[in-house]
Amino acid sequence: MQKNKFTGKRANQAIFFSLFRLMSYLVVGILFCIIGFIVIRGIGVINWEFLTSAPKDGMTKGGIFPAIIGTFYLVIGSMLVAFPIGVMSGIYMNEYATNKYVVRVIRVMTNNLGGIPSIVFGLFGMSLFVNKLHFGDSLLAGSFTLGLLALPLIIRVTEEALKAIPDTYRQGSLALGATKLTTIRRVILPAAFPNVMTGLILSIGRVSGETAPILFTAAAYFLPHLPTSVFDQVMALPYHLYVIATSGTDLEATRPMAYGTAIVLIAIVLIMNLLANIVRRRFSK
Amino acid sequence: MFNKKRNRFGETLVEWTLRLSGGTTTLVIVLISIFLFTEGWGLFKSSTVEKGYVLCVNRSNKIQNLTPKQVKEIFDGNITSWKQVGGDDIPIEPLRMDDIASQYTEEEIGANFEHLPQKLSEAIAAKPGALAFFPEQFININFLGRVLPAETITLKEYFGGKEWFPTATPAAQFGVLPLILGTLWVSIAAILIALPFGMAVAIYLAEIANNRVRKILKPLIELLAGIPSVVYGFFGLIVIVPLIRSIFHLPVGETALAGAIVLAIMALPTIITVAEDAMRTTPLAMKESSLALGATHWQTIYRVVIPYASSGIMAAIVLGIGRAIGETMAVLMVTGNAAVIPHTLTEPVRTIPATIAAELGESAMGSVQYQALFMLGAILFVLTLGISIWAEIIRKEPKVQ
Repeated sequence: MQKNKFTGKRANQAIFFSLFRLMSYLVVGILFCIIGFIVIRGIGVINWEFLTSAPKDGMTKGGIFPAIIGTFYLVIGSMLVAFPIGVMSGIYMNEYATNKYVVRVIRVMTNNLGGIPSIVFGLFGMSLFVNKLHFGDSLLAGSFTLGLLALPLIIRVTEEALKAIPDTYRQGSLALGATKLTTIRRVILPAAFPNVMTGLILSIGRVSGETAPILFTAAAYFLPHLPTSVFDQVMALPYHLYVIATSGTDLEATRPMAYGTAIVLIAIVLIMNLLANIVRRRFSK
Repeated sequence: MFNKKRNRFGETLVEWTLRLSGGTTTLVIVLISIFLFTEGWGLFKSSTVEKGYVLCVNRSNKIQNLTPKQVKEIFDGNITSWKQVGGDDIPIEPLRMDDIASQYTEEEIGANFEHLPQKLSEAIAAKPGALAFFPEQFININFLGRVLPAETITLKEYFGGKEWFPTATPAAQFGVLPLILGTLWVSIAAILIALPFGMAVAIYLAEIANNRVRKILKPLIELLAGIPSVVYGFFGLIVIVPLIRSIFHLPVGETALAGAIVLAIMALPTIITVAEDAMRTTPLAMKESSLALGATHWQTIYRVVIPYASSGIMAAIVLGIGRAIGETMAVLMVTGNAAVIPHTLTEPVRTIPATIAAELGESAMGSVQYQALFMLGAILFVLTLGISIWAEIIRKEPKVQ
């Protein structure tokens, strides 16, 4: 009797554990299915011409070069906005702010900003940058909007990176007569560099895939020329995928282009994740 | 001496710059709320009738005003008598400008429509049951009808209205109820799908998997979070939508269910990460005591670890809902975007973010529709902000002993 109960308990555990294992593999399997499906269907379109030429014949032929360039510009622009502010904000929270209450308010606000949907950033960017500040539908407005979106991520990563640095570093530097600023510049920042870079790379991955914030601030369906100034509209990869997947006169004919664009988007995310891992590993030794 | 002074000045300057940066996120949140509400609030001051147009009735008509809903019902032919809207028992004759203009020859109206005001006026005076809708500019001094006072959209109509027809004429309908319900419907269904999987993976990663498996699975799941939502939407569009259509034998596969499945996949990483972190905080001593009392590992998990981590798990659910509510592109691509109150999961629905994304591009800046969409943004902002704060509070709650 006693033994039976014991085996029942064990059997129960075995059932549940294998169920959980199965479900976990299923979830990872889904991921592979999504990526695999798109890659298998679309790998045929990926070639040098696809990556380096402009769309032709109502998006059914040609490539996605202007969209790649547009996304590249948007990423650079948004990081120019978010990176300095984010890193400085992180430094302030971890190194300077002495009032615990202030730090808590900033942290809560940063978390909240991170939880705001990207479409709300789009609305805000449209009303502030496009209309109020008269940037128009432009690279500049899109960069600012995406920059604000990436800000919480960069702040959080910077703060984590600075927290991981042992206090003995700071004390050692200050004991040698260095000022606080020198300590931060010469000791803290170099030590935190790899983790901050990881955050930067991951936010590049995030920003390059965002569609909703640029819908009304920067993105154009088709442009015959590459943008020449920050006040020009740009084409962008995620928006390009959205429009060719959902609208157009001949959806069947544009499908291969859509698969190709999706592959490029996935590739960017994969590469950025890989890069972040490499940076983390190389410097953490 | 001088050098030191300059250095100190530099330090102060840097400190202030850093302090300002620290305030950026707070400033942005404040700015977002100010901008959304000021742009959106105009909605409740603007007329329900299309700008530049008026509604007129015969002078004998005692009716004082009509709600946008009544106007729409009248022009749709669903309300046919003035009695139904509180007037006399005479049939309503809705008149658009084209109806009147087509009754006269071009000469009668005049080459530049110079006689049109006169004709309009006569037409309304001749028909006691008339309800006419035409541009304001055609009303002249000796107008024989009566212009209905312009009504503004009320909060009650906006939040309680069951119809969303932002471009309908003569009176656009801005009832957000179907959109709010659609959003909640899809998000909650998504969480119900994602929760069993999320919990299973979280338990597996936190308690069962060995270190080697964990090191492979965790980055893969983080990768799942990094894939752009538009790619998920595209996948949903080409795989899940046709699948649902053939399984349920539906005319279209773009349904709430398709949205819920795509959102479930997208919410999984959030749920897994937060729940796993919560489970990992269970003190080893508690688990060891349970095991020492003869409980199996599984009994320890569901009697000790899960109760201990319950607040964290709740936070994971709440954060997952928050992410699902705000998701735009994927939902826009797979839910069919019909602004009706949903009854089953196999109907098309429309969510708040999808509505903004689909309509803002076509609405003129400052128009009533533009304002209504900003108001939707404000609702979404308040909703997600509330959810973030709620999750924060749940996480901080004292753990069950």
